[in-house]
Amino acid sequence: MQMFSYHFMVHAFMAILLITPLFGLLGTMIVNNKMAFFSDALGHSAITGIALGVVLGISNTMVSMVLFGMIFALLLNWIKYRGKAGAETIISVFASCGLALGLAVLSMGGDFAKYNSLLIGDILSITHKEINGLAVAFVLTLLFWIFCFNPLHFISINPSLASSKGIRVKLYDNIFVMLLAVIVMLSIRWVGLLIINALLILPAAAARNVARNMRSYHAFSIIISVFCGVLGLIISYYTDIATGPMIVLLASGIFFLTLFKR
Amino acid sequence: MKIRPNKCGNHCTRVNHVNVTLEGDSILKDVNFSLLCGEMITLIGKNGAGKSTLVKALLGEVPYEGEILFEDRRNGRRGNMRIGYVPQQLSFDKNTPTTVYDFFASCISKVPVWLWKKKSVYEKIKKELERFQAQDLIDKRMGDLSGGELQRVLLSVATCPKPNLLILDEPISGIDREGTILFYEILDHLKKEDDLSILMVSHDLDFTYEYSDRVLLINQTVIEDGSPREVYQSPAFVEFFGKLPFVEENSGAEDLSKIATENLKKNNKHKKNVTEKAAPYDASYKKGGQ
Repeated sequence: MQMFSYHFMVHAFMAILLITPLFGLLGTMIVNNKMAFFSDALGHSAITGIALGVVLGISNTMVSMVLFGMIFALLLNWIKYRGKAGAETIISVFASCGLALGLAVLSMGGDFAKYNSLLIGDILSITHKEINGLAVAFVLTLLFWIFCFNPLHFISINPSLASSKGIRVKLYDNIFVMLLAVIVMLSIRWVGLLIINALLILPAAAARNVARNMRSYHAFSIIISVFCGVLGLIISYYTDIATGPMIVLLASGIFFLTLFKR
Repeated sequence: MKIRPNKCGNHCTRVNHVNVTLEGDSILKDVNFSLLCGEMITLIGKNGAGKSTLVKALLGEVPYEGEILFEDRRNGRRGNMRIGYVPQQLSFDKNTPTTVYDFFASCISKVPVWLWKKKSVYEKIKKELERFQAQDLIDKRMGDLSGGELQRVLLSVATCPKPNLLILDEPISGIDREGTILFYEILDHLKKEDDLSILMVSHDLDFTYEYSDRVLLINQTVIEDGSPREVYQSPAFVEFFGKLPFVEENSGAEDLSKIATENLKKNNKHKKNVTEKAAPYDASYKKGGQ
């Protein structure tokens, strides 16, 4: 195909093949745990992470972004476990405050334009080295899912029940949200913070409409995610529409189709 | 018909001087009781009396002062308490594509349920479910189960592996009468066969009366502790719940629990059918009870 004669398209294709199955996997648990709001707040915190990196003089803002994301995820979990009513409001206040702080810092001196790609993503600019980073994240997530999915799944049904079975509820949950934070932060530059949550939620939500058990749930979620990713990239190449929004539009279409099937 | 407690009497769960204070409010004060194996205790009390908090303390979900111990009375040794827990309700999303197999296997197996269904695990789970007449539910989605079916599945998960103490937090709320009777029959059998200690929170005073070995009336602390008859006739109980007809009927020497059983039978024509449905499970205790 002509599009693969360009190096950047090959890189983008490889990145899509790494990111989308990951999102398909993680999305199943996010939807199970009704964490859409949580992951949305996490995505927004990327801006704060970059701003912190700039303020602290860290040259590689990816480091500050990932570190801040993990701390922010643990903070959100802490709020959740305090069990107070209105935890969602508090999370929202934290997320909005962090986002505003980040935007304020990054827009200082009127130079925000260089961060625009962070909002809608730019998968075509991904480099070979960054793809290697994603590949490592892919393998780690897969291993985590193989060894830790069962307790996480049991916790998602009822934490008290899981606790009575000796499962360390908070430990597993904290590891999961930190992993989620790392994946979100690693891929946000290519996917865009405005649509990253849609990409995490939509494939799993669509799969849920048609799946009958955990195996078909995961299979459908991963297939829908990869299919929309690859097709979105191809369509965006030929139509000059940004890749991220195109993928989300396709995934939304599939979600509505499965909704009728349900 | 009621199964009498078949206690080996060698194991004991002790709750010693337990206090729970949450955010400055004293929820439980100096709670003391012990629970022998093969014994079923029911906690009763008004809303806000601290029943659920006591369950949470036993599960280790809330901090408490005092001691909760499991000990072998023959040598005084303290062991690790294995708790089986059946929650009041599972507030999971009814659309979740989790089957009973997925749920059960997530608890007892390391084989990732999202990747494959292992035959040996499937057979083991089916066998466990069979004990509670729930083997046909193994491939059903959790959200498609009725209240009674879900409770039987939860009970089979709670008792695998066998716990020392089985805690049930209002397990029959929202279940029809037939399902409730079947559930209690199964508990009775479990208590006898597996020599389990059972601690139940319940609002259902007539079933509590019929099936419990002991009743604890709770209002921040243990107000009454005794046989159902003793507690139901106590002034504190009457103050909270009034005089119940099936207790009043029996002021003589006749066995109150028998009368309660008869009343329940009168009230429910289907009980016999349900008991017969539970045949494989009930066969042994019927012999013993007659």
